[in-house]
Amino acid sequence: MLLWSHYPLNLTLKKAHTMPIHIANRLVEAASRIILGKEHAVRLALACVFARGHLLIEDIPGVGKTTLAHVLARLLGLQFQRIQFTSDMLPADIVGVSVFDQRDGAFRFHPGPVFAQLVLADEINRATPKAQSALLEAMEERQISAEGRTWPLPEPFFVIATQNPGDQIGTFALPESQLDRFLMRISLGYPDRAAERALLAGEDRRDLLARLPAVLQPGELDTLFAATRQVHVGPRLLDYVQALLAHSRDASGLSLGLSPRAGLALLGAARAWALQAGRDHVMPEDVQAVLPAVAGHRLRPAGDAPQAADELTRRLIEAVPLP
Amino acid sequence: MTEARLRRDQSGWLLAGAALTLAPHAEHLPLALSAMCALLLLWRGILAHTGRPLPHRLLLLALATGMVAIVQIEFQHFFGKDPGIALLAGLLSLKLLETDSVRDGRAVVLLSFFMQLGQFLYQQNMAVAALALLGAIAAIASLLALQGSAVPAGLRAGAATRLVLQGVPLMLVLFVLFPRVQGPLWGLPADAYSSVTGLSNSMAPGDLARLGESSEIAFRAAFEGDPPPPAERYWRGPVLTRFDGHTWRPGRTHATDAPAYRSQGIAYSYTLTLEPHNQSWLLALDFPGTAPGLAYTDTFQLLAREPVRNRQRLTLVSYPHTPVGLHESANTLRQALELPAGFNPRTRELGARLRTEANGTDDIVARTITHFQDSRLTYTLEPAPLGRDDVDSFLFDTRQGFCEHFSAAFVVTLRAAGVPARVVTGYQGGELNPVDGTLVIRQSDAHAWTEAWLAGRGWIRIDPTAASAPLRIQNGLAAALPDSARLPLLARGDMAWLRDLRNRLDALDNRWNQWVLGYNPARQKALLAALGFAEPDWQVLTALMGAGSAIVMGLLTIWALRRRSSADAIDRSWARFCQRLTAVGCERAAWEGPLDFADRLACERPDLADAARAIAADYARLRYGPADADPALGRRFHQSIKNFRPR
Repeated sequence: MLLWSHYPLNLTLKKAHTMPIHIANRLVEAASRIILGKEHAVRLALACVFARGHLLIEDIPGVGKTTLAHVLARLLGLQFQRIQFTSDMLPADIVGVSVFDQRDGAFRFHPGPVFAQLVLADEINRATPKAQSALLEAMEERQISAEGRTWPLPEPFFVIATQNPGDQIGTFALPESQLDRFLMRISLGYPDRAAERALLAGEDRRDLLARLPAVLQPGELDTLFAATRQVHVGPRLLDYVQALLAHSRDASGLSLGLSPRAGLALLGAARAWALQAGRDHVMPEDVQAVLPAVAGHRLRPAGDAPQAADELTRRLIEAVPLP
Repeated sequence: MTEARLRRDQSGWLLAGAALTLAPHAEHLPLALSAMCALLLLWRGILAHTGRPLPHRLLLLALATGMVAIVQIEFQHFFGKDPGIALLAGLLSLKLLETDSVRDGRAVVLLSFFMQLGQFLYQQNMAVAALALLGAIAAIASLLALQGSAVPAGLRAGAATRLVLQGVPLMLVLFVLFPRVQGPLWGLPADAYSSVTGLSNSMAPGDLARLGESSEIAFRAAFEGDPPPPAERYWRGPVLTRFDGHTWRPGRTHATDAPAYRSQGIAYSYTLTLEPHNQSWLLALDFPGTAPGLAYTDTFQLLAREPVRNRQRLTLVSYPHTPVGLHESANTLRQALELPAGFNPRTRELGARLRTEANGTDDIVARTITHFQDSRLTYTLEPAPLGRDDVDSFLFDTRQGFCEHFSAAFVVTLRAAGVPARVVTGYQGGELNPVDGTLVIRQSDAHAWTEAWLAGRGWIRIDPTAASAPLRIQNGLAAALPDSARLPLLARGDMAWLRDLRNRLDALDNRWNQWVLGYNPARQKALLAALGFAEPDWQVLTALMGAGSAIVMGLLTIWALRRRSSADAIDRSWARFCQRLTAVGCERAAWEGPLDFADRLACERPDLADAARAIAADYARLRYGPADADPALGRRFHQSIKNFRPR
């Protein structure tokens, strides 16, 4: 499989259907037929996947969080598992359990639902911190340790977690250290009027989902990963990203700034965003586009006043001039 | 509060700075102290490398005592330049061994700077200046390292070099305009001039031969037009009349403001740059015309008013064919005939015989020359030892000598024959540097010749060395000596590339002497006069210096600010584009990316949409894209901004 960098922009028309930008557009188009009026959120979710990051979708119930996860799994042709998190859940329910096998006279490990390429962790904040941390360890290490052995998770491995806003009853909010492992946090929000009309008038989403064909050919996802990594980041852009990071640490309105890991996440997501925009280099616009999703859950406002994450990131963007 | 320990890169830079600073001092420090400093630096380097703790205070105290003892043993006192510098060198090495905090590090840097300055107390040549500059760069890099975080050594050195380069314009202003004082800036202690080599005002066998081994430069002469032929390049130094049987000394002379002869014949004008020799005589080509501020002795020597302790430039005109001493005083002639009793009986006998055989004074001189030629005397830097009667044993036994033997023997012979004669010392010859055309005269060109007085013709120069070794006069010392002779490496004739290199270095060194070390009040005045300041006093100079420094600082500041705000042409063009849009009411927010800005503009001003989008796309590609952008893209970008005139 040839990589992106081997195709200068003007020479690739013949192979248009294999160009990363066209793959991305086909994905967005297909997803938008089911998730109506949410193109920006879909693009962000795809950028998160291209940058090989885990995704947290935070929103009130019933706006299509789970549907988005399903759609992504189907479109990307990934092996899919869903874990419904509940307050009585144990780590073994996620990673698997060792059972004594009478015939062999030994314990045998039965892999849990986390052994899938795309894991939907539904309502992750309903589980106890103990169960949450079992999943979060898998997300970071991309392997499971059980019975003194390590079991590698499939490749690629994505977690799409959904959670209800923290102020709802019976939830355990994820601590900062665990939020940090999600590349992005996005929310879907209510559909606009036209989209809602189409949703109400149209076919059942579940039927549509069942008929949805995979858009990606085998191997094309690897092409996208490679192409994302090769998107150029120039010194000027690094200056800009560093200025953003520095400002987030110094700004008076924030008690917790962006970590170096957040900086890497920002660059990775911006690369994927630039790829979707059909560019071979990252622009400050790309950084600004992904900043609310990448930084929103990592920044904490100073003082007690709760502030919307979007407001915080918007102020961050407007405070840092381009170099 | 305890301060943070030094990082490894910080102590590394401090060590490098100290080593670069101390290395040139090794030349004049006592050997034991140099070795001690080197060992201490090495020790500190090992400690820094392994991360082990520094030695205990008591051990350092013991080492310091030892160091002071070395200085005491070597110099017997602690006053003056040499013991002072030696103490500081030891202290710098010791200080490093207790330096483990940023504050101490700064003290080490300060001391390093002082020691770099200290090198100039010994020598002021270009090599020392270059070494001091290197040391300064290392010291500044140390300061940067103490201040900032760890970066690769190459980057650190680069940053320090840039800082030093930024200081160069200010340095030039201060150098050119700082009010000059004659002589050194600080009063040097008495030992400042102790180690000057050169002619002395007496001559005993072996004196000049010792100088013959030194390739140090005595003076340079830059002629207007062609220099005189080698056989006429006699640079007159002390004239020695009195002889005590072993040593020649000058007779009683007196000096006047004008020469005692009337100049005539061919004239050579030249500029003499004399290296300091701590004596008051000047080495002019025979026989200089009148020049202001100088004194002329009745032995035709040119004198300065005080000893030459700094490099001096003189502009002179010489007339080699001037007859001198036509009416010499009886007293002088009587002195020029005196011979000590009880010395050199065989030579006196020879003189008496020549006198009886000869037919008049001229014939005596001619016969003496012939006798010297027939005696098969050998010219050598290492003559065999002579007996009590120097001249006798040279002329009749060993028959080996250097120019002082030849001239002494010749004068004794003439005096014994009743002809007034004396020894003249000075320099003969010199080497023309093809690079800058100056004649370079080294200590190895030191020479002694003779003068005989003939009635009606005055003092006539006779060079008895030429009788035995004519090549010495024509081609210099190296040509006259046998091939096996030991010669300083640089005076040897067989290595063409080495000579060429030496010539180039000499020319460079001469420039340095003329324009840096020789930049004295007179030169400063001349330079300022050329700039339109006729009689600058120190107030004018200070004002000029202040104004010059302010201008330089202002220019540097503007340069630094401009560099910050607009790094290159692409940014300048983009800034112009944004300015033009601001003028029509579409301002780009400082945080707004070019593509977003163009999109917003397309909504607000659809008439500008296409042009703005194209420009923004080009800018995005040039500014943020991979570096291998098509050069045509840059041209198109600049062109479209030039044509972009929104209304």
